[in-house]
Amino acid sequence: MLKTFKIGGIHPEENKLSAGSALKQFQLPADIKEVKIPVAQHIGAPAQPVVAVGDDVKVGQVIAQAGGFVSANIHSPFSGKVKKIEATTGDDGKPAMMITIAIEGDEWVETIDRSTGIKREITLSAEEIVKKIGEMGIVGMGGARFPAQVKLAVKPGQAQALIINGVECEPYLTADHRLMLEKSEEVLIGIKILMKAIGVTEAYIGIENNKKDAIELLTKLSAGYPGIKVQPLKMKYPQGGEKQLIDACIGRQVASGALPISVGAVVQNVGTAFAVYEAVQKNKPLIERVVCVTGKPLQNPSNFWARIGTPVKALIEAAGGMPEDCAKVIGGGPMMGRAFATLDVPIHKGSSGILLMNNQESKRGEIANCIRCAKCVSVCPMGLEPFLLSKVSAKQLWDMAEENHIADCIECGSCSFTCPSNRPLLDYIRRGKSTVMGIMRARAAAAKAAAEAAEAKKN
Amino acid sequence: MNNLTIAPSPHVHSSDSVKRNMYLVVAALLPALIASVYYFGLGALSVVVTSIVSCVLIEFLIQKFVLKVPTTITDGSAAVTGLILSFNLPAGLPLWIVVVGALVAIGIGKMTFGGLGQNIANPAILGRVFLLVSFPAQMTTWPVPQGADGATGATPLGLLKEGGVGALANIPTSDLLFGNIGGSLGEISALLLIIGGIILLVTRVITWHIPVSILATVAIFAGLMWGVDPTQYADPLFHILTGGMLLGAIFMATDYVTSPMSHSGMIVYGVGIGLITMLIRTFGAYPEGMSFAILIMNIVTPLINTYCKPKRFGEVVKK
Amino acid sequence: MEAVLITIAVLASLGLTAAFILYFVSQKFKVYEDPKIGEVEEVLPGANCGGCGFAGCHAMAEALAKADDISGLVCPVGGSAVMSQVATILGKSVAESAPKVAVVRCAGCTVGESANRQKTLDYDGAKSCAIASTHFAGDTACSYGCLGLGDCVKVCQFNAIKVNEATGLAEVDEAKCVACGACAKACPKQIIEIRYKGRVVKDVARRVWVSCVNKDKGAVAMKACKASCIGCGKCAKVCKFEAITVENNVAHIDMEKCKACGLCMNECPKNAIVATFPAPPKPAPKPAAVEATGTAIPKPAEQPKPVEVPVQADKQQ
Repeated sequence: MLKTFKIGGIHPEENKLSAGSALKQFQLPADIKEVKIPVAQHIGAPAQPVVAVGDDVKVGQVIAQAGGFVSANIHSPFSGKVKKIEATTGDDGKPAMMITIAIEGDEWVETIDRSTGIKREITLSAEEIVKKIGEMGIVGMGGARFPAQVKLAVKPGQAQALIINGVECEPYLTADHRLMLEKSEEVLIGIKILMKAIGVTEAYIGIENNKKDAIELLTKLSAGYPGIKVQPLKMKYPQGGEKQLIDACIGRQVASGALPISVGAVVQNVGTAFAVYEAVQKNKPLIERVVCVTGKPLQNPSNFWARIGTPVKALIEAAGGMPEDCAKVIGGGPMMGRAFATLDVPIHKGSSGILLMNNQESKRGEIANCIRCAKCVSVCPMGLEPFLLSKVSAKQLWDMAEENHIADCIECGSCSFTCPSNRPLLDYIRRGKSTVMGIMRARAAAAKAAAEAAEAKKN
Repeated sequence: MNNLTIAPSPHVHSSDSVKRNMYLVVAALLPALIASVYYFGLGALSVVVTSIVSCVLIEFLIQKFVLKVPTTITDGSAAVTGLILSFNLPAGLPLWIVVVGALVAIGIGKMTFGGLGQNIANPAILGRVFLLVSFPAQMTTWPVPQGADGATGATPLGLLKEGGVGALANIPTSDLLFGNIGGSLGEISALLLIIGGIILLVTRVITWHIPVSILATVAIFAGLMWGVDPTQYADPLFHILTGGMLLGAIFMATDYVTSPMSHSGMIVYGVGIGLITMLIRTFGAYPEGMSFAILIMNIVTPLINTYCKPKRFGEVVKK
Repeated sequence: MEAVLITIAVLASLGLTAAFILYFVSQKFKVYEDPKIGEVEEVLPGANCGGCGFAGCHAMAEALAKADDISGLVCPVGGSAVMSQVATILGKSVAESAPKVAVVRCAGCTVGESANRQKTLDYDGAKSCAIASTHFAGDTACSYGCLGLGDCVKVCQFNAIKVNEATGLAEVDEAKCVACGACAKACPKQIIEIRYKGRVVKDVARRVWVSCVNKDKGAVAMKACKASCIGCGKCAKVCKFEAITVENNVAHIDMEKCKACGLCMNECPKNAIVATFPAPPKPAPKPAAVEATGTAIPKPAEQPKPVEVPVQADKQQ
């Protein structure tokens, strides 16, 4: 039976242009002599560089170490010499710290198992697995880039189900789809490893119904993996949202402000499951990933295995080159991806897609008055009132924004997508949300400080 | 190569637009218009055309010369107001009165508040109610369907008010469905209005909440009264099929601007309209109360919006 | 006749009763307020702009009446004229404060053939600097400059700032600006500064400032904009009053020390220093000096051109 989440949702055009394109190993063209590796490739604190200019590095060597609890190690995806460690232009044109490596050969760290065979037996214990995942710098591969080991560090008995996100509800993107088709065994073993890590016996792979081949294949294979169940889902965006996916798969709703673990669920992406397989079974850190290079103006929409740090331009070149009429390049999908301010940037651990659009497709329509049609309210998957939140955010009425639960917004963009008046609802809400979250954090910190001061006085 | 464009996500947009919604409403009203022209002749058509043209023209003039803002007449909202206003008028109404109605609807009902999306009450209904209280005689002169020139009659609800249930004996339900009755020009054919409603529901211009809650309330209220005394009160089906009930429930109460934003609010609003309409019909002086009911609930809408919030994710009790 | 009398009687008694009720209620619920607060509020401008740091003019009046020393409280809108009136009412002393005005520290015109900054991106989002600046560094090579989306315009209650379509930059109307600082707070790029209006000479309030906040290194800033400060420090060297400092590759003129002589304007190789008055006549340039500086110097034709500031035109009225 097809399941889905209960509140709101939209049906954007699928445009899965690259669904039929098999994964291709991307070879860096010989004329690219150096690559830049960002140190902030995840949510949380940036990693601290542990190499110096002039050092020789091998593929898989740690070049920057996790800079805090919520952070992740960065490993060198290429071998060569560290040339520079400095801030250069990032995806959004703002300065971003990057380690530049001048490529020399392709020498790997010896401990990495580069054999092609599938290793099924899981030898590590739960703690060892979580530690390994942390060491190997695994982050959420769906785009959110949350360090994986943090989510997996749950108390025994806390988690009841593992939910694997194979939804790929963003239009255009096919990275997870191809991965499920071509690396199905590895993904399933990765899921087994994750189940062991958090101590659960049940896992659900949520896959939307537009990927029938993947559903079929994984259902067949999962027969050999007790506890893993493929859950076909009705197509609806944003099903890949963590809270939406839990609702769809196991019918539990995570309360406002709470984490998925509060309903006993841990969610990981299929890409993450594959990375976990490689990390735990093959000792291979996260140095490459599937990148879906797609878009209507593009000649050959493709799915590449590309190393982290590969220049975006090189990937576009490999998929047929930059088309004349391309007006926008997006990192990620069309609903939540971020437009690139410059293409002289490398891909990072969360680069699930590079999407090219022409002006006709991406240009926003003319903004008209709000006609109070309430379509934004109907489609909001969090049950909020986007028209109101957008208005109070524009007027900077932060109290009202907080009262109306602006902090619950998951920034999925369904409201802006659906608005018949083309109002930039999410633009304003996103700003309001970050301001309100800032106010809330400041208040919490002040309350904590006050409580501590009172405690200190008592003693 | 040109400069890259940068914008916050989302980078795609649905094909939905204000225009699409407005013109779909026009399309959904066309079947009922055909019935009207069939039964009332060109008198109906001239009222409709006059109403639409004057609404659009008045909006254009006000935006261009009074407010000095870019004109938005192409979005179709003025045309919809004009069309719905004319549907609420008797065929053969002197055209100058139609123009006065349009002036009140657009001039007072819409533009004084700041144009599309800002008005408190449904402009078309405001125009209609203004005409009803200003020109009571002309506004209740109902031509007889396919009657000779100048022949007038009563509406089914008028008959009910005047003569009780007994007066309704020779009106078959099929006449109510196809529109072979007296009444304002758009309200007569229940069947064609329902077809229009289905068009709007299928194209997702409206949701079911408002029409269904109105009709259900009316059915329950009328059913109770009818159950108590069938000789004094008309049956629920009669109430639903007459007096602009369907026109109001499907096309006027669902007006985006003046109806609540949340589904629960829409249901409260619909129940309110149904109740007020039935109270007026049953106990009031007017034979028909749809317009007044919608107008009253329009005014209550901001209050409903404050108290009826949509159900948030995670609010439901955890299993 | 009788009916008229009865009507009058009824209405009169109704009025009387209401008057009594109102009188007693107002007595009963009377809140004592220092009458001086009312008087002070009377002389305050009443714009409730919040420029003083209080919620509105009434709150400011309360604070003024309560404070023993009011020298720290200044109404930027009314300036010293209003503050001296306030001081008289309260019998307190007030320090003389010089009038101030907002200046926009960006001269990177983005429009037309002769633009100082070329657009490198087209922005297609909500028209708000705050939103745009969270998504990208800027739509030109300069990541510090004015975005021209008008957040400052939206917050200005005095209609004193607007985005000039001919330059794509925010511009302050000196005659209307009251230096309340709302625009400076609203600007996500922090390029608006509140500075002294300056000494008035021949109807011109003389002030000079560095119209750039680009913190990039010289070579990068040079490429980004024709009017960027490259932090070369020549202005600091020429200043006789030690008013100019260069920090983070950008010069800043201390308004307390600046005498608005204009010497620095001639020295700036990028015309990044602007003023409300024409630059003083320049001594004949020594050819050696040109060679000595490593940084590129604009063609001689551009060099002596005095920088015209838009506010100049507005205040001759």
